[in-house]
Amino acid sequence: MRRAGTAIVAVLSGACTYQHYQSALGDAGSDDRLFLILFAIFLAVCAIMYVAVLVFLIGGILRRRRAGDANVVESGRHHRSDPMMRTGLIVWGAVVSVGLFALAIASFFTDRSMASAAAHEKLSVTVTGNQWWWDIQYNSADPSKTLRTANELHVPVGVPTRIILRSNDVIHSFWLPSLAGKEDLIPGRETDITIVPKKVGIYRGQCAEFCGVQHAHMAFVVNVDSYADFIIWWNRQLQPAAPPHTPLAQAGYDYVAQHQCSMCHNISGTPAGGTVGPDLSHFASRRTIGAGTLPMSEDNLDAWMANPQAVKPGTKMPTIAMSADQRRAVVGYLETLK
Amino acid sequence: MSSRCLADCLLVAAAALALGGCQREARHDSSKPIGGTIPAGESPDTIYPGNGAPPALDPRAARYDNNSPALAEGQFLYTRMNCVGCHAHGGGGMGPALMDDKWRYGGRIDQIAATIAEGRPNGMPAWRGRLTDDQIWKLAAYVRTLSGQPSKDAVSSRGDEMSGTTPATLTPREKPRSADTAGR
Repeated sequence: MRRAGTAIVAVLSGACTYQHYQSALGDAGSDDRLFLILFAIFLAVCAIMYVAVLVFLIGGILRRRRAGDANVVESGRHHRSDPMMRTGLIVWGAVVSVGLFALAIASFFTDRSMASAAAHEKLSVTVTGNQWWWDIQYNSADPSKTLRTANELHVPVGVPTRIILRSNDVIHSFWLPSLAGKEDLIPGRETDITIVPKKVGIYRGQCAEFCGVQHAHMAFVVNVDSYADFIIWWNRQLQPAAPPHTPLAQAGYDYVAQHQCSMCHNISGTPAGGTVGPDLSHFASRRTIGAGTLPMSEDNLDAWMANPQAVKPGTKMPTIAMSADQRRAVVGYLETLK
Repeated sequence: MSSRCLADCLLVAAAALALGGCQREARHDSSKPIGGTIPAGESPDTIYPGNGAPPALDPRAARYDNNSPALAEGQFLYTRMNCVGCHAHGGGGMGPALMDDKWRYGGRIDQIAATIAEGRPNGMPAWRGRLTDDQIWKLAAYVRTLSGQPSKDAVSSRGDEMSGTTPATLTPREKPRSADTAGR
């Protein structure tokens, strides 16, 4: 009993911690605030209309026919109308027109403010969808500041960030419910969405267009930092990967550089230069493994390396025949890539 | 027993046969690494010179040949591992064409897998240890679609590329021959 109680408390406190982790009614982005206002206006107008319709419907059911009304239709005398009813219907028509017009205006102004945010972009990030992970590139006029990472987006608070969306295979959809609406990633085309985060925090994003067997495991983490923290993060990510210092890490480095890993993954400053899979230069600084499939930890990494096809069946990462020692070395090396 | 009834019975039987034909190949999960499928250092040419009979087909070929998930994975790897860089999309360039009927080192799936794993003289690099054996077999399965070898129900009717290339289902089937007899 006490154990069950502890478990419930743990779950509740967890729910509190991640209150804004992924919520379609979150208000952590400027778009979302506008949407929330628009949503409230729609809800209020529609609720009033709904109640009014119900009142009239119930009135219609309860209202008794007057004597002599029974034969109105048959006798053809239906042009005779009640003046009060007539006025009521005209007012009703006017209310409906005005209500719809008000909703159209509210929607127009929301659209306009969103478009004005897009016109003031300060940071440009290209996100490319792949089955089933997100390739993220920070663009800069200075090529030495261009940064490639994966599955974890860092954005500064209050800065309009334009996210350019592309796809390498099928249609995906970039959905960051706590900060903005959805935008599709369409192969052969470029789409974009501008977000202006308003609150520092960690949010979860998710692919919102079914894209294959591992669609559910195509998530990403968004870290909204203060501008100073964001610049520190960017500069750290621009550094080449840390060279191995321990014998274990050295063994892992040798394996990664000489075997299958380097064909798909890039680790900057090493011979591993593949571009097929996620960039691993600062892999251990991320929060998840396999695009949100597992939380980042040494044990989870070991399980992932041992058999990615069991953890995320269908992923392009093949199961590689390596001994337990080799795997421990590779995991030891990857753990140093902070 | 009217002829109408007989016709109905025949129709039902035909439908049953047609439905039986709907069974598709299975998607193998590659969770177990496959080791030793490609014999090291052997090639069809070194094994049977002269009139010797070619070795029997590797039994694991059945797992990849005519298997559409394997063909799709192979197509992904063909582009991403830059086979396109030398062989183009089958038409060849720096490397030989793969869409014609000439096969210098054999056109069977196990022979192509050996070619990819071991490399060949004049430029073909060895991919053993760079790709897993599973990936090499998938690539070999896909390479065969470039000359129309797999059955048409296994190949995709459109390419992964955005360009309007001919769908694999319309690729004419080339009867494989070795390169030195190709001129005759």
